[in-house]
Amino acid sequence: MADPASLAQRASELAGDAGELAKRLDELSQQLTLATQQGAHAGTPLVFELTVFVLAVFVGYYVVWRVTPALHSPLMSVTNAVSSVIIVGALIAAGPMSMSFAKIMGFVAVTLAAVNIFGGFIVTQRMLQMFQRKK
Amino acid sequence: MSDNFSALLYLVASVCFIMALRGLSSPDTARSGNIFGIAGMAIAILTTLVTPQIVSFWLILTGLVIGGAIGSYIAREIQMTALPQLVAAFHSLVGLAAVCVASAAFAAPEDYGIGIRGAINGSSLVEMAIGLTIGAITFTGSLVAFAKLQGLVSGRPLVFPGQHLVNAGLGILLILLIVLFVMTEASGLFALLVLVSLAFGFLLILPIGGADMPVVISMLNSYSGWAACGIGFTLSNSLLIITGALVGSSGAILSYIMCKGMNRSIINVILGGFGTESGAAPAGPGGGDRLVKSGSAEDAAFILKNAGSVIIVPGYGMAVAQAQHALREMADMLKKEGVQVRYAIHPVAGRMPGHMNVLLAEANVSYDEVFELDAINHDFASTDVAFVIGANDITNPAAKTDHSSPIYGMPILDVERAKTVLFVKRSMASGYAGVENELFYRDNTMMLFGDAKKMCEEIIKALE
Repeated sequence: MADPASLAQRASELAGDAGELAKRLDELSQQLTLATQQGAHAGTPLVFELTVFVLAVFVGYYVVWRVTPALHSPLMSVTNAVSSVIIVGALIAAGPMSMSFAKIMGFVAVTLAAVNIFGGFIVTQRMLQMFQRKK
Repeated sequence: MSDNFSALLYLVASVCFIMALRGLSSPDTARSGNIFGIAGMAIAILTTLVTPQIVSFWLILTGLVIGGAIGSYIAREIQMTALPQLVAAFHSLVGLAAVCVASAAFAAPEDYGIGIRGAINGSSLVEMAIGLTIGAITFTGSLVAFAKLQGLVSGRPLVFPGQHLVNAGLGILLILLIVLFVMTEASGLFALLVLVSLAFGFLLILPIGGADMPVVISMLNSYSGWAACGIGFTLSNSLLIITGALVGSSGAILSYIMCKGMNRSIINVILGGFGTESGAAPAGPGGGDRLVKSGSAEDAAFILKNAGSVIIVPGYGMAVAQAQHALREMADMLKKEGVQVRYAIHPVAGRMPGHMNVLLAEANVSYDEVFELDAINHDFASTDVAFVIGANDITNPAAKTDHSSPIYGMPILDVERAKTVLFVKRSMASGYAGVENELFYRDNTMMLFGDAKKMCEEIIKALE
């Protein structure tokens, strides 16, 4: 039964198959790394942002409950000033060289947020200045 | 500057903002807290200005100078009694700024690295739509609140038939529009989303009456935070997300505290129309012809001077009459006579959280003479005179006894336990809740009819 010729033929066939398999495995692994990389780019930022968001809500919850009720008005005006940090997004829109709709929108938003930042912090300072303990 | 380094600086700014809120836990640390806030904002702006995308500065500087000048001017000139409407106006600006930034991000997504025009990342699109919607609602909602507080429109709740149906319809339409917009990314839908959100914000606040404004302002404060948060998600900016979340939760907590102060649910407040369903004030037991003891400033001065202890209960009427300075002067004279004078503040007195505290502080009242409801309520029983100035519903004992009253269950200041109650009021009219206050007819109550400021000045004259 051991015909040397057919044996050699099968061996070479098997070797060919093995080579083919290795090649496909390599392709697959390449696809896999690519997929994980893509996955990392599509999935992680949102999850990361959500993590930051949820933790910040908790921080806000505990910090704000400790604010004394007497200072609830300054709390409102300072949070109002602070939420104008949205100006960060406005600056980027107003920054490019060429004039565009986005740039105008950016300019308007920068102006509005600036009113709030200056107004909010100054009015808060004015209020806090008044909370003095008289001797 | 590398992305990593600016992210680090944004983190520093976020921590500064947390410190700013943390400082408010006591009046002693609050001022340094505000400095932290200013520092955080400066770091955030400067860090952004040095990013490579920003190459043209003249428009930015123009905006900062114009906005800064307007903001500084208003903040310096505003009267403390006008604080609630100022805060409402400021909230509207945050809302409008959020709408502008969302529009810019939609028109030029490549500047923000969130895709290209017509092919913006799916998640960024969702976040953009949400930020935009909340921003637009905050804008018109705050404008309505401002108009009500400023007296441009009636402070009474404005209700029309089918209002809740219209609002519910608009709410559903908004959700549909957001879904359609995210699927198609059409500019027409973007514009429509803005318009419907603006209308929704307008109609949402319209039915809510003046005395519910503490809740409304807190709620809009919260919205302005969530709007910043939505924009933060769109631009993948941690600083915006953190700050938005801080502000959002702060406003939410304040709304909760204000609702608790009235024993009403937030839903009940938002649905609006409070104080109108009863129409004319329901005549309390006994009707309108019961005897009311009214006195003059001289009578009041005599009672106050001979009292051992006085607790002053201020309300919105004091703010309207700008009576805080005259009131403090009166209190000073009493203290010279050896009378113990303290102030009791109800959580929802006035038109915004902490409104009364600020006005008393403005009039140089030492903050350790000012007490919250829980801290002082037990002391009324051992107090000679409760001096109620411009407040009504927050002292009404019906909140404890009358199950059918709209204010039933609301925590009140127990002024009726004091030996004598002096009510400074312009007339016998019922308060915001439209409920008559049976305290006016009690034997130990004396009504002092007149403008709060004039009354205090007359009492001062009589004390001299």
